[in-house]
Amino acid sequence: METFFDNLLYILDILLRIITIILPLLIAVAYLTLLERKVMAAMQQRRGPNVVGVYGLLQPLADGLKLLLKETILPTSANTILFLLAPVLTFMLSLISWAVIPLGEDMVFADLNVGVLYLFAVSSLGVYGIIISGWASNSKYAFLGALRSAAQMVSYEVSMGLIIITVLLCAGSLNLIEIVNAQKSIWYVVPLFPCFLMFFISILAETNRAPFDLPEAEAELVAGYNVEYSAMGFALFFLGEYANMILMSSMAVILFLGGWLPIFAIAPLDWIPGVIWFGAKITLVLFGFVWVRAAFPRYRYDQLMRLGWKVFLPLSLAWVILVAGILVGMDWLP
Amino acid sequence: MPHISLLDSYFSILIFLVVSLGLSLVILGLSYLLASQKSDTEKLSAYECGFDPFDDARSTFDVRFYLVAILFIIFDLEVSFLFPWCVTLGQLPLFGFWSMMVFLLILTVGFVYEWQKGALDWE
Repeated sequence: METFFDNLLYILDILLRIITIILPLLIAVAYLTLLERKVMAAMQQRRGPNVVGVYGLLQPLADGLKLLLKETILPTSANTILFLLAPVLTFMLSLISWAVIPLGEDMVFADLNVGVLYLFAVSSLGVYGIIISGWASNSKYAFLGALRSAAQMVSYEVSMGLIIITVLLCAGSLNLIEIVNAQKSIWYVVPLFPCFLMFFISILAETNRAPFDLPEAEAELVAGYNVEYSAMGFALFFLGEYANMILMSSMAVILFLGGWLPIFAIAPLDWIPGVIWFGAKITLVLFGFVWVRAAFPRYRYDQLMRLGWKVFLPLSLAWVILVAGILVGMDWLP
Repeated sequence: MPHISLLDSYFSILIFLVVSLGLSLVILGLSYLLASQKSDTEKLSAYECGFDPFDDARSTFDVRFYLVAILFIIFDLEVSFLFPWCVTLGQLPLFGFWSMMVFLLILTVGFVYEWQKGALDWE
């Protein structure tokens, strides 16, 4: 007999789980900004933020507070509703993708059998937030920046999709937990190493990170699609971008680096809980993100698009056909 | 405990969606409450390096962006057809593999044509 009370408890349970995902995620995003600044600084032989707290640990709080206390500017020529909708949409999408990410064998908010498809769909929707913000800002810089950013995201999504197909051929299921479990014998980064490299570069381009950050580089397009945003609108875009970075890193970890699995399933490594492994691997990938930003010069826009369409698309398509052919020919299909 | 059906995980995602929407709106509204809002014409005009904006920003834009969008649709549809195929390939006969290869071949011919025509250039 389902009483009202039972249903209420069920919904409260869901809400509690949601908070357990969102709260650590927001803290992680905040400290990712600090990590980036500190690591880039270290790579450039300087210190990074170290004034605000011990080792600069309260810097993200200071940044957040600063953004909170700024005035929200609504440009007169902007479409107010769309202008305010865009950052809300971007931030919302970067949050809801986390619903299907498994942190352990049975630690997932929603165990969808089509988890990968859900992630792919949500990242495709992310382009809307950018286009809406560029259009609604009614400013040439914003509009051009948004168009270029959207075109870039969309170009690299194709190769991302094809690389995901390659991994799915080996794993045999769209369920993220199954994909990780299929890597118990060997992580996919070993046999599919070139795919991992292409995936890593594609997610750099997808999240508009250096060296593919021309649409939002300060010197080039004056921050691109978010030039007209201030205070919390900007904060939402910023949070959304970093949350997206962490999400894409976790996708790379689940698809290639074995999710929560230890390197070898032997005694001392086995005692470390899966969540710690997962977090460590994500941190590794994020370190790679920051490292690439510190090390490489920016790609020019036409070089970036050439890379996406003329190099990655044919290569990832070739990999799909190669892996499919080998698996069918040797009868190694899952 | 209410009975769990296959759709329950989707219901949880709906709740998640509502909560994250609420959170975004709260964050957006916070600065309205906490900061002083003093508007002035200069602050509210669009940014154009210190000058008055020349005219409405919504003028024509390069057709290459449209072309990229169309190409994306084609290849994204190709990827969506690949999704069910790749997870069921183990249960399909060899004919299933080859029919997908024919599909990919047709799309590849289209891709080569685009490339030769210069649709993928300069951008």
